[in-house]
Amino acid sequence: MSLTPHLSTPISSSSSAFLAYSNFNSRTKNVSLPAKRFGICKCVTAAPQEAQTAYKTTVSRNANMAKLQAGYLFPEISRRRAAHLLKYPDAQVISLGIGDTTEPIPEVITSAMEKRSRALSTLEGYSGYGAEQGEKVLRAAIASTFYRDLGIEEDDIFVSDGAKCDLSRLQVVFGANVTIAVQDPSYPVYVDSSVIMGQTGLFQKDDQKFEGIEYMKCTPENGFFPDLSSVSRTDIIFFCSPNNPTGAAATREQLTQLVKFAKDNGSIIVYDSAYAMYASEDLPHSIFEIPGAKEVAIETSSFSKYAGFTGVRLGWTAVPKQLLFSDGSPVAKDFNRIVCTCFNGASNIAQAGGLACLSPEGLKAMHEVIGFYKENTDIIVETFNSLGFNVYGGKNAPYVWVHFPGRSSWDVFSEILEKTHVVTTPGSGFGPAGEGFIRVSAFGHRSNVLEACKRFKQLYK
Amino acid sequence: MLYSQLSSRICVPSAVSLQPRTTWTSSNFSNEKSGMTGHCTSVPRNANMEKLRSGYLFPEISRHELEHNQKCPHARLIRLGIGDTTEPIPDIITSAMAEHAHALSTVQGYRGYGAEQGNMALRRAIAETFYRDLGVKENEIFVSDGAQCDISRLQMLLGSNVSVAVQDPSYPAYIDSSVIVGQAGKFQEETGKYENIVYMKCGPENNFFPDLSSTSRTDIIFFCSPNNPTGYAASRQQLKQLVEFAKANGSIIIFDSAYSTYISDESPRSIFEIPGAKEVAIEVSSFSKFAGFTGVRLGWTVVPEDLMYANGFPVMKDYDRIVCTCFNGASSVAQAGGLACLSEEGYRALSGVVDYYRGNAEIIVDTFSSLGLKVNGGRNAPYVWVRFPGYSSWDIFREILDKTHIVTVPGRGFGPGGEEYIRVSAFGHRECILEASRRLKNLYK
Repeated sequence: MSLTPHLSTPISSSSSAFLAYSNFNSRTKNVSLPAKRFGICKCVTAAPQEAQTAYKTTVSRNANMAKLQAGYLFPEISRRRAAHLLKYPDAQVISLGIGDTTEPIPEVITSAMEKRSRALSTLEGYSGYGAEQGEKVLRAAIASTFYRDLGIEEDDIFVSDGAKCDLSRLQVVFGANVTIAVQDPSYPVYVDSSVIMGQTGLFQKDDQKFEGIEYMKCTPENGFFPDLSSVSRTDIIFFCSPNNPTGAAATREQLTQLVKFAKDNGSIIVYDSAYAMYASEDLPHSIFEIPGAKEVAIETSSFSKYAGFTGVRLGWTAVPKQLLFSDGSPVAKDFNRIVCTCFNGASNIAQAGGLACLSPEGLKAMHEVIGFYKENTDIIVETFNSLGFNVYGGKNAPYVWVHFPGRSSWDVFSEILEKTHVVTTPGSGFGPAGEGFIRVSAFGHRSNVLEACKRFKQLYK
Repeated sequence: MLYSQLSSRICVPSAVSLQPRTTWTSSNFSNEKSGMTGHCTSVPRNANMEKLRSGYLFPEISRHELEHNQKCPHARLIRLGIGDTTEPIPDIITSAMAEHAHALSTVQGYRGYGAEQGNMALRRAIAETFYRDLGVKENEIFVSDGAQCDISRLQMLLGSNVSVAVQDPSYPAYIDSSVIVGQAGKFQEETGKYENIVYMKCGPENNFFPDLSSTSRTDIIFFCSPNNPTGYAASRQQLKQLVEFAKANGSIIIFDSAYSTYISDESPRSIFEIPGAKEVAIEVSSFSKFAGFTGVRLGWTVVPEDLMYANGFPVMKDYDRIVCTCFNGASSVAQAGGLACLSEEGYRALSGVVDYYRGNAEIIVDTFSSLGLKVNGGRNAPYVWVRFPGYSSWDIFREILDKTHIVTVPGRGFGPGGEEYIRVSAFGHRECILEASRRLKNLYK
């Protein structure tokens, strides 16, 4: 481990000074950072120089951690935002970067959580440990709401504290000796968790990829669906649709191809459907709508972007009984073991909220909030279209993927931040094929989205 | 048969509707190894998962409970097995959670993603409540959804190439997570141990503190005090020894202090009470047994700034990376509850509940002592560790279950050093504890 070579200056020259930064509180509003300007660079991190006199254990650092190039993408965006705020303390910064929901949770849902909270202080209503796989009623509600007639049953559903956490638990199930493929660009957790688990080799600076990972390019040229005929076989294929960050939603035909590809190759698809409810009705919402998918796929999803549960923490993963490892043993058995050993269930209060989300009134309310964010997306799409940009996504997902051909996405990110005080996310943060793109997220109060669009129009007119 | 149908016959809070754990036997699946009719992927099963001997201990106990219920549907089961809290959470805390939930439905009160490391006010409150004057700073505290989850995150952090020592007996998550991550090597039937794990025996012969002079060096040392399952709380002198041992060996202690609020004497409540510990230890703790948050899910881990790998890299920085990448923060509702737990009124109310469970423990200790059995623990922890010399702990577990309808945990489930012992947990309504006491006296008189 040493200082990452592409840095021009480390953030700090001593470990304690570095750690004294409130960097780690990346999402808080007021963070004190030194007013250092970063040059053109990617996610910055600094490895502190060795504290010469301080005691060190003789425990080796996990080599996999050392392979990671920088901090996780979104805390980095937060850091940039915080630094910008320091520079322009009076600026009205608008955050369309991290996909963080902004609208209040409908009362039908929060009152269920209130009720459950209060019940915990009564003799009849108190409950301790819940089933690690989730409360039975919630599992049943998820199965009947999202997987009715698809052959996914209550006991195939594992309730969790969110898709991000589930992805790492799945990686723990798979272990270090599997190969993975990801879309390029993709949600950074797939790659980062793979590195941490030891499934990859080193990062190669020339092509900005980790050795050992198969990157399936998704660009305007291929309609943001990978050319599977040129994809090498891997054990695991991460696939997100509607896609974060491109917003592309795969068609039934495309997913049928994907399932066939997985079947022919004996692979497992980890299908991320966190944005499924943003897709139009005629598009598949679950991989299990595709015949044969239960033998090749796992699906993970979340209440985060449907119910504003980004802070409440609730999601689920469906692992079909039919999904088997090469020795015939069921993947669900191992996932269950991980869930029982490395986890202890989602918060019972969050689960009570989840159940309310899936009541008829709750579903209606969720659809309304989703509709609201979709309107935001329309406004953003229209804005960039009117400015003559090539705009992708936005129809079936709360993300808009804007092309800035020939430009570095971090440069564009910085330019937009500097000149309009709007935070976005640079496409290269999602993979090399994200270079030249900016992701604009559609979560925000309507007034902020309108104001941001006004500023974009000013900047790029 | 669902437990919810039996709630009137079971000595548990009636809101609990237990589910039969899915039992994974090959007969559940038509695609057995021997006669596959469906598609098998060509993805190799993780070899580490194969090394696990059986299901995780506590779901196994649940399975036995369920089977017993099916066998004896009219029995009034008393659950002193899994350490599951039973008493309601004080109002001041649940109101805070209800208020936070309500606030989420308002424009001013809505919050989205929180900091993955936890809400700053809560981190500060944890530092002030548990680590005042110990030099632990709020930025060294990582709020989580519980100790079990944190242990696995720490294992992911450390990776497969570290060696591990555990107490024997110990909380099964340390060993199981070690196996899963690939640190443990193969299981050896003859010894009942994993070949690469160092087992530090804790028994009457050494007063339940390991003989460190005969313990091999490992990178990581898991240490739980007050101990689950033995109930033993290490003394200041002993923890000093442990810290010295770790320092001499360049090891990292992962100190599990989940039961520290049960200490009733002067035993240290945090490893950081020992000078020098910040350079060698990580501490994991939880609101579960302190606040009845077993279902609410809240805990924390302290990773000191001064804790460094051999190459000088701060452990905290990598842990932060794990927390930001593999986790997304504890539920904001749970955190609001946590903050209320640490208010003066909240803490006082919770101390009352802890005292209640302590009272239960005393009754259980007295019960077994009066029967002439060797009893350990129960004074500084909500677990009583009873010895049945010459007997298999699973046999005793089954006998107690069959004859008195009381669920306990066989000591062997915590490691080979647990053989001959039964762990009885002190969580339960007082009347259930008293009834259990009556039944046990009857059985063993």
